Amino acid sequence: MTMLNEGRPTSPQPVKDAHMSPATATGNRALMLEEALIFEIGSTETTGVDFAPAPKVASRLGNLARTDAIGLPGLSEPETVRHYTRLSRQNYAIDLGLFPLGSCTMKHNPRLNEKVARMPGFADLHPLAPQSTVQGALGVINELAVWLIKLTGMHGVAMTPKAGAHGELCGLLCIRAALEARGDARQVVLVPESAHGTNPATAAFCGYKVEDIPATPEGRVDLAALKARLGPDVAAVMITNPNTCGLFERDMKTISDAVHAAGAFVYCDGANFNAIVGRVRPGDLGVDAMHINLHKTFSTPHGGGGPGSGPVVLSEALSPFGPLPYTARMADGTIHLIEEENVGEEMPQSFGRMSAFHGQMGMFTRALAYILSHGADGLRQVAEDAVLNANYILRSLDDVLDAPFGGSGPCMHEALFSDKGLADGFTTLDIAKGLIDEGFHPMTMYFPLVVHGAMLVEPTETESKAALDQFIMALRSLAERAKAGDEALKGAPYHAPRRRLDETLAARKPILTWTDLALAQAAE
Amino acid sequence: MRYLPLTDTDRQDMLSVIGATSIDDLFVDVPAEARLSDKIAGLPDHASELAVERHMAALARQNLSAGEAPFFLGAGAYKHHVPASVDHLIQRGEFLTAYTPYQPEIAQGTLQVLFEFQTQVARLLGCDVANASMYDGSTACWEAIVMARRITKRGKAVLSSGLHPHYVSVANTMAKFTGDALAHEAPTLEAATDIDALIAGIDKDTSCVVVQYPDILGRIADLTPLADAAHAVGALLVAVVTEPVALGAIKAPGHMGADIVVGEGQSIGVGLQFGGPYLGLFACKQKYVRQMPGRLCGETVDAAGKRGFVLTLSTREQHIRREKATSNICTNSGLCALAFSIHMTLLGERGLRELANLNHGLAVQAADRLAKVPGVTLVNDSFFNEFTLILSKDARDVVRTLADKGVLAGVSLGRLFPTAPQIGNGLVVAVTETVTAEDIEALAQALEEELA
Repeated sequence: MTMLNEGRPTSPQPVKDAHMSPATATGNRALMLEEALIFEIGSTETTGVDFAPAPKVASRLGNLARTDAIGLPGLSEPETVRHYTRLSRQNYAIDLGLFPLGSCTMKHNPRLNEKVARMPGFADLHPLAPQSTVQGALGVINELAVWLIKLTGMHGVAMTPKAGAHGELCGLLCIRAALEARGDARQVVLVPESAHGTNPATAAFCGYKVEDIPATPEGRVDLAALKARLGPDVAAVMITNPNTCGLFERDMKTISDAVHAAGAFVYCDGANFNAIVGRVRPGDLGVDAMHINLHKTFSTPHGGGGPGSGPVVLSEALSPFGPLPYTARMADGTIHLIEEENVGEEMPQSFGRMSAFHGQMGMFTRALAYILSHGADGLRQVAEDAVLNANYILRSLDDVLDAPFGGSGPCMHEALFSDKGLADGFTTLDIAKGLIDEGFHPMTMYFPLVVHGAMLVEPTETESKAALDQFIMALRSLAERAKAGDEALKGAPYHAPRRRLDETLAARKPILTWTDLALAQAAE
Repeated sequence: MRYLPLTDTDRQDMLSVIGATSIDDLFVDVPAEARLSDKIAGLPDHASELAVERHMAALARQNLSAGEAPFFLGAGAYKHHVPASVDHLIQRGEFLTAYTPYQPEIAQGTLQVLFEFQTQVARLLGCDVANASMYDGSTACWEAIVMARRITKRGKAVLSSGLHPHYVSVANTMAKFTGDALAHEAPTLEAATDIDALIAGIDKDTSCVVVQYPDILGRIADLTPLADAAHAVGALLVAVVTEPVALGAIKAPGHMGADIVVGEGQSIGVGLQFGGPYLGLFACKQKYVRQMPGRLCGETVDAAGKRGFVLTLSTREQHIRREKATSNICTNSGLCALAFSIHMTLLGERGLRELANLNHGLAVQAADRLAKVPGVTLVNDSFFNEFTLILSKDARDVVRTLADKGVLAGVSLGRLFPTAPQIGNGLVVAVTETVTAEDIEALAQALEEELA
């Protein structure tokens, strides 16, 4: 194995500043280890896998054998384990502490769920296996579907969407299909300012014209403005409830009634369902479609960016239009997978398929295990503790941080603060980076857009009072420093694997893949 | 309630800090008629870890898993051996329980993995750049069609008859709402692919030609003439790879002129999982990078001059551009990308080539053996690890009957193409390194019995 010292530096330059001295020869600092890229430490001749010899046969690759070098470095097994273990230590994660990303929701990931998802009877099943051989897997989908329908008070559920935004797409496709079925070509989707930022993109992707509805000074949908805009051209209203200001949309039922009276549908972004599960059924509020981010409400791990899973619950009016495939329990107790082959007469109005197979089975098993662990009583407690924790943070900090909607009623699952009142030149970003040095993942920054310098904190129900108190102490101290104009805060973080990263440079001169500079120069 | 740390004393203390007398005070904004006064009827209460595990295990036992039977299913999802260290490493809490790397200073682990992943994928597919992954191959395929429309400002896509029918279904679903015109027909049971027909179908309104490689019947064709024909009229070539292990043995689509190459990455590191979560691969030529959907990780430096990584070019994404975003994709399959990248690192180029050769060799042996069964004809001249047999009766029935006998024989074309009865006797058979000589013999004998 060779080190490609002519390429990018394989060890970082020793840094001499107040917080990094004395420098070390390797760039390592005790347990804070630097790790080169696999392209710098691996070689195309090294492998960490042993195979049986291939049978000696005449190749039938149609004269297309790949003869060029691919450029994929390998590592032996111990080197591989060490590389990824070292990299893992450069990550903050919920297993390390509070992860208060508002509207993203990171809660404890129980390991029972991982164990269950890895049972061979679930993990080692082919999506096109004969239905007689996968009755238990179809049973998981069906059982989870029943829970989701009952918890939301809805009529049906589409299980296949692969993430929250994919679920939004599914809901709008159902709405569009339902409107087309009655010969109604409506073109406009209304999106309140207090809704999730992904909603307008979804509506536009489905071919709709998007119009904003303003928020009230209280941080809720402006009911008068919404009612004034409703008309025969409006297909749907997309509402996030609880909304992105952390507030419950009090007028939800009135809004739904008005939308239905105008012949349109109500889409609810259910990303924040964790705040109301077991206490409020969206179906009772007149919602027609709502996606549920399984990783948020039912705790499936997010793995540094996914996978997600976004089942969509549907009202009776929309249920016939949901996607293929879906499961149906027959009178004899067997569960059928309904897809193109056997869709028959019972669901000719389905809008079609939105991904190759049945959705995120691996997330379904985890979510079902989580739901069964909590039960009906526990899920209700989940919402209560999530809301209690958020309000505790809001009230414990509203004397040092501006809480723009602190007077608008209790917050739900998340507490919203702003940068108002910090010393000149100090921003939300400084508070966030300061939190890193205090050992916490920062809150969501600069979202929602309706608040200047927003800081959105969502503690979730799996945090203890002691953890919350420590977080409150850290945020209080940072707020006081930012108000006092402590310049050192602008340099944070000091104690992370990296100092502030230059995001502008990355966007202006994108380097998206590794190239061996020495080889590239030699080729010129 | 083992996952809930608050005690009743905590709750009372916290309510008094808030200035509320009871938890109900915090739900006052919910309209009274929608406030549930008690837990929802008809649902069970919480259960112990042991009870939940028993319940789930009982459901798992009702399935015949791939490892329990001679197994030959492919058609977009493949059973490969995944080294134990892959699953061990992705279960490290710092990977498993991390969120999207929005704070790069404390997410360098995930970000460096994504940068390495992007490089591995670009090289494997033969492209300049790759993104940090999509939901799965089918959604990546649709996003490629949309991207081609953005680049060419044309709205007609020509889809190969060899493209996975579920990928076609996804595109058809979306095209209904975006107004794209899609041309596609079911395949015929012939050894030759439809390259000539595709070339004939390209015109000045065509945004892209979408071709699967190897195709749904397992056939492999040189894509160069197709790329040339597309480029001659200003259209793009989109290549779809559902079995990336193949690219350890056969030429990369990007090296045959494909402008966008998408794929299903499940084969490497991810496992079958009954259809998901899977891993969409997405790569393209450098000049199209700002039109590429999905997340991207880029290299940069920190305030002290050290190399580091961040998510970048996010101005294309929906949370910034709202209704002007390039796509609806809002996440990636981060953990699956990690699994892919670890498995690929363990393989390295040498291991990938050995794995590909082993797959191909076993598939050749299986094809020769099965073609000897009376009532069976092999369609393919060329293939990697998957090929199509024509049986003397409807393959759907054969698959069901053999499943009852404990042999998972393959995927019937009748299930994949229910509206094309003329190919209903086709059976797609996949052979990977997990298939033994005994498995091949078991399938051959079961077919002999069934077709006698």
